[in-house]
Amino acid sequence: MGGKVLLANVDIPGIRGFDTYRAHGGYIAVEKALREMTATEVSLEVHKSGLRGRGGAGFPTGLKWSFLDRKSDKPRYLVCNADESEPGTFKDRYLMHHLPHLLLEGLIISSYALGVETCYIYIRGEFKYLVGVLEKAIKEAYQHGFLGERILGTGFSLKIYVHPGAGAYICGEETALLESLEGKRGNPRIKPPFPAFKGLYGCPTVVNNVETLAAVGPIINMGGEAYAKIGRGRSTGTKLISACGHINNPGVYEIEMGLPVEDFIYAPRYCGGIANDKLLKAVIPGGSSVPILPADLILNTAQGEQRLMTFESLAEGDFESGTMLGSGGFIVLDEDACIVRNTLNLTRFYRHESCGQCSPCREGTGWMEKVLHRIEHGEGKMSDIDLLVRVAKNIEGNTICPLGDAAAWPVASAIRHFRREFVYHVKFPEVVKNIDHGAIQSDTELLIPDSGTGIKYW
Amino acid sequence: MIKVTIDNIPVEVEDGTTILQAARKIGGKVVPPAMCYYTNLKGSGGKCRTCLVKVAQSSVKDPRPMAKLVASCSTPVQDGMVVQNLTSPEVVEARKGVVEFLLLNHPLDCPVCDQAGECDLQDLSFGYGMEETATEEERREFPVKDIGENIQLHMNRCILCYRCVYVADQLTDKRLHGILYRGDVSEISTFISNSVTNDFSGNMIDVCPVGALTDKTFRFKSRVWFLKPMNAHRSCSTCTGKVTAWMFGNEIYRVTGRKDRFGEVEEFICNECRYEKKTLNDWEIEGPRRIKRQSVISANHYEEMKKQSVIKPIEGLMEPPE
Repeated sequence: MGGKVLLANVDIPGIRGFDTYRAHGGYIAVEKALREMTATEVSLEVHKSGLRGRGGAGFPTGLKWSFLDRKSDKPRYLVCNADESEPGTFKDRYLMHHLPHLLLEGLIISSYALGVETCYIYIRGEFKYLVGVLEKAIKEAYQHGFLGERILGTGFSLKIYVHPGAGAYICGEETALLESLEGKRGNPRIKPPFPAFKGLYGCPTVVNNVETLAAVGPIINMGGEAYAKIGRGRSTGTKLISACGHINNPGVYEIEMGLPVEDFIYAPRYCGGIANDKLLKAVIPGGSSVPILPADLILNTAQGEQRLMTFESLAEGDFESGTMLGSGGFIVLDEDACIVRNTLNLTRFYRHESCGQCSPCREGTGWMEKVLHRIEHGEGKMSDIDLLVRVAKNIEGNTICPLGDAAAWPVASAIRHFRREFVYHVKFPEVVKNIDHGAIQSDTELLIPDSGTGIKYW
Repeated sequence: MIKVTIDNIPVEVEDGTTILQAARKIGGKVVPPAMCYYTNLKGSGGKCRTCLVKVAQSSVKDPRPMAKLVASCSTPVQDGMVVQNLTSPEVVEARKGVVEFLLLNHPLDCPVCDQAGECDLQDLSFGYGMEETATEEERREFPVKDIGENIQLHMNRCILCYRCVYVADQLTDKRLHGILYRGDVSEISTFISNSVTNDFSGNMIDVCPVGALTDKTFRFKSRVWFLKPMNAHRSCSTCTGKVTAWMFGNEIYRVTGRKDRFGEVEEFICNECRYEKKTLNDWEIEGPRRIKRQSVISANHYEEMKKQSVIKPIEGLMEPPE
């Protein structure tokens, strides 16, 4: 199977339901953890597995769990971060849609390890249809005694609630998520105190990504050391990559860490090469907020080594010639893609999603968008390019939460690697204005067949 | 007690103190500017990013520097911490950037702003700002909103420091005032055009670092530097009654809380004292209030400053009439 861990059973019909999932080895990990292992042993297995957070930062999960304030007499919470809103990332949606029980399994085991009795799944507002899927799975788990009071006859009880957000990217940041979960405006909190000490309702809290938690079940099944053998170096295990852009086969793929980037893009079982026999121009390998890399630097590092799909290899060269694995939203751009337009699109997103709490991000994202809009529409000046670099530098690192960095990196890296394209936009405004990007122009209408609803155009 | 070094000046403070408070204990130039932090408002701070400092050494145990610049108002000190404020070019550069961001959409209508002369943003941009603006974009404008008979809201001038929100949250009985929307279009406002009428709501005016919230009873009456601030008190049933009365001759033009040398109100005052008691009979005048020597208020007139800012004429608008 090529080392599939999470998605090994995803193709079995009816795997979304409890009975089929159970028949294919489901909930064995829960039984093993609760009956045969102590909470400390479970934590130790996760620590041994070297599992790193799959939400973007790649922080070791075992280490994160060990920070939890266990001396406090307050209740502890586990929050599953399902607010997957990063442009280009759709792995958690796929996972929750097809394997909701795998996530529940991970939640039960993790809660047992952390001594949590109440668990929340904070799901993105736009994933409203998934709330029903998850709640049905939770109901089934309650019916079969894997949730509720005294699970499997042990002294461990757990309740899981699904909480839909209201559609804000910033609520994927862990402290903003907690604020939103508490019913407040989703503004990131100022750290310290960290959620491990003062999280949800002021209690010790662990916030983990969907994919991270889903990986806990298989880790218990196969053992932490066996899991650590998959992958390469400190990037252990498998990673879900959601590939999109100008490729032949967009979709969610589970890869073993350490797969060469070149193989991932061109192998027929993964992306299958660039669509329409075009050439590769650039890749944003980890969701929209990581730096963009041109084709030569994404396939090989600046030192000439082959670049692999690992946290370390992609980050090699830091911000000069590297990028990040991030959340695994693999966006591929072909030779005809306009980097300026692409950057403008991303910046517009960050401007719209900035919470407006701290000044560099609130003012800076809007400024960058306005300047990029000018350049893209043929009204830019040469000084605007350096202005963008300066604004990005002033935002980066000076904000409360990482959204400021996320907004600054795409702009800074696009100019670093594709400055010529920006210069071209400034020098030849008339040419730039008339490029047809294939998008719907305002004076043309896209015809779609009349479906009987009377709506002909959109 | 914990030993901290800020800009090479050692100081001893209690455990749990923030870097900003430790710097204020030293006083003088090492105090980072704070636009959103307010000692008496719980939870404030961390938002404006003007108080960013560099931590060159985290503590005795962990001598590594902190990776990023930190907000001094919300970072607690640790034993043996070494902080660089004005001695670090990185900090000065970052602060310059933040001031630029704060002024990016600020209308710069100081000549008609009641806050001019006691505005934190004016001081900040004089201290750290650039002389020219790099932006050519239209400045953001908000529709005018009326939030009651006592407070004038100028949303265009607001820098979203959230101080007034904390006042509405913590001092008044009903929370009527908050932030609407998000990002660069977020604005402070009342929910569905309510007016802010609570007992202590007038303190929003005092805590506002810019001219976004000003006193309607004082609006366009006088420039602040023509008035003489006097300590005054009266027996009041709702607050302590200790205020600053701003006088011109024997007339009281406005009443505010007493601000300390960091521009923070010592004791919050009630709306009755602020808006309704404006005759000499209402107050017992104690004497003139100490104001910073550098302030235009103590100079009583507007002198030419050393640092000249260049105003670039806008094409077509600045031509002399024929």
